[in-house]
Amino acid sequence: MTDTQTTALAIRQRAAGKRLRLGNGVTHAVLIVASLTMIFPFLWQILMSLATNAQVTSVPPTFWPGELHFENFAHVFDQLPFLNQLWVSAAVTTIRTVGQLLLCSMAGYAFARLEFPFKRTIFAIVLAILMVPPQVYLLPQYQIVQGLGWLNTIAGIAAPGIFSAFGTFMMRQFFMGLPEELSEAARLDGANHFQIFWKIMLPLAKPGLSALAIITVLASWNDLLWPLIVATDATQMPLAPGIATLTSQRSIPDYPLLLAASLLAMAPVLILFLSMQRRVIDGIAFSGLK
Amino acid sequence: MTGLASAPGAVAAQAAAPRSGRRGSSDPRPRARLRSSLWALLFVGPLLIGVLVFYIWPIFRNAYFSFTTWGAFGGATWTGLDNYETMLGDPDFWRAIVNTLIYVGILLLGIPVAVLFAALINRPGLRFAAVYRTAFFLPYVAMPAAVAMVWRIIFNGDFGILNYTLSLVGITGPNWLSTEWFALLSVGLVGMWISLGFNLIVLSAGMRGIPPEMYEASTLDGASRARQFFSITVPLLSPSIFFVSVMTVITGFQVFDLLYALMGTQNPAINQTQSLVYLFFAHQQAGDNGYAAAVGVAILLLVGAFTMLQFRMQKRWVTYD
Repeated sequence: MTDTQTTALAIRQRAAGKRLRLGNGVTHAVLIVASLTMIFPFLWQILMSLATNAQVTSVPPTFWPGELHFENFAHVFDQLPFLNQLWVSAAVTTIRTVGQLLLCSMAGYAFARLEFPFKRTIFAIVLAILMVPPQVYLLPQYQIVQGLGWLNTIAGIAAPGIFSAFGTFMMRQFFMGLPEELSEAARLDGANHFQIFWKIMLPLAKPGLSALAIITVLASWNDLLWPLIVATDATQMPLAPGIATLTSQRSIPDYPLLLAASLLAMAPVLILFLSMQRRVIDGIAFSGLK
Repeated sequence: MTGLASAPGAVAAQAAAPRSGRRGSSDPRPRARLRSSLWALLFVGPLLIGVLVFYIWPIFRNAYFSFTTWGAFGGATWTGLDNYETMLGDPDFWRAIVNTLIYVGILLLGIPVAVLFAALINRPGLRFAAVYRTAFFLPYVAMPAAVAMVWRIIFNGDFGILNYTLSLVGITGPNWLSTEWFALLSVGLVGMWISLGFNLIVLSAGMRGIPPEMYEASTLDGASRARQFFSITVPLLSPSIFFVSVMTVITGFQVFDLLYALMGTQNPAINQTQSLVYLFFAHQQAGDNGYAAAVGVAILLLVGAFTMLQFRMQKRWVTYD
């Protein structure tokens, strides 16, 4: 490289570097405005949940309630069946998540590592379910749950969600990516398939399991349509339909109360996300990439 | 039972003979196959039972429902294609298709926005990138039924902050959530707000797969940021963009939570704004299971058709290398 070429390159690089720094200022400005827009509804909700009903409905809007009415949050517990619904949500989410982790990883392991008759056909059937929108099986599922006497019960709300085609597919993909030598070695040492699965494969599958757990927790905590159909009793339904039936009223008598209730309803999942962000984001990205 | 399981197994074992002849017992292959099959039954069985009961059987059952009419006290009678004829002649059904497609369209418009922000957030060495990512992702994890509450007061025609802001620049805003078309637009905007985070995460993962040398080389050649964005980022990201758009169509077709929680069941504009899933729900609630089942079949066919269309069109714009 000649001297002139080197200087020309250096000048260009310097110019590029300058542009980079200048560009970063603009980038930050754009991203800050956009981020504030994204979180504005949350901030507004927190602010208005601490205001009075008159302040929420005032024109022009009240931007700062002045006195903060924390009692709105206390009212959530004594005026709404919030604790009942919280219990149902927690129980349904736990059952669905633990059930899926167990059943999907077992089935995923078999599809990835075992040979058995009609394996391809059975796997194709499981995959086909992935492409069917939930409304297609909702009515018969309702009939089954009704037949079992499970309407308005935790079991009824949780049951269909324990079995997941998506989870099975995801775990199978994950097990396919693990080196086969490990299980082969254990086989030669006389371990059976259950021992291999439980002691070798599952510990290795932790990233896949945590991704599936995160997706399942999110999906079942926020699920609305199915629980709205199977649970009609306000004390027996999870939080999502509980909140939605209140917000879907024509006129709302007490805005701060419902704002506080819905804030509390989404809080567990938001806290979960904020405390393990990296994993949640990786989990979502992982499931998205397949 | 044994015969059934081992017969096809033996054939396959013969084909796989060179691989599986590792153990030295007298008749290893069929027995090994059988043992493997029994293990598989143990592993797949529990899931398979649930899938058959709660998913496979219901698909056929729903198809049957769609050919029946339900009395006020239950009890279905076979009425052939009646439900489908009623559905195809029902203006609400066609309106629900239009509304669903408009909603999906609004969500699709959010994808270029997500690509742009993903490109900004993933700029090498950008500080606070994690903070921005959190802000964008927060709406995606929040319960739609719960965030609907605050959007209801933001969009409120009388005291909402949106109309207040508009009034500052001299615009009198409508009653967003109870006016035809405006209600759909509002629901679409909230949907976009929710989906932006998911799209951003998937696109960011795709962006990390683009070799940084490509940017370095083009920077040295004096290519501008905008130029790089359109001739490196977008084409190399097209598989991720494609995936995100397929997911957007599938999830967009499922819009229900926001309509239910944001607009409410007694909203005067709900009939002009309802989606296909909402239509399904409304008929299910009314005990009109036959019609609801037919709507379910329609959703299946439409989602299938649009997904297939996207896969057909991908050859035109998606570049895999």
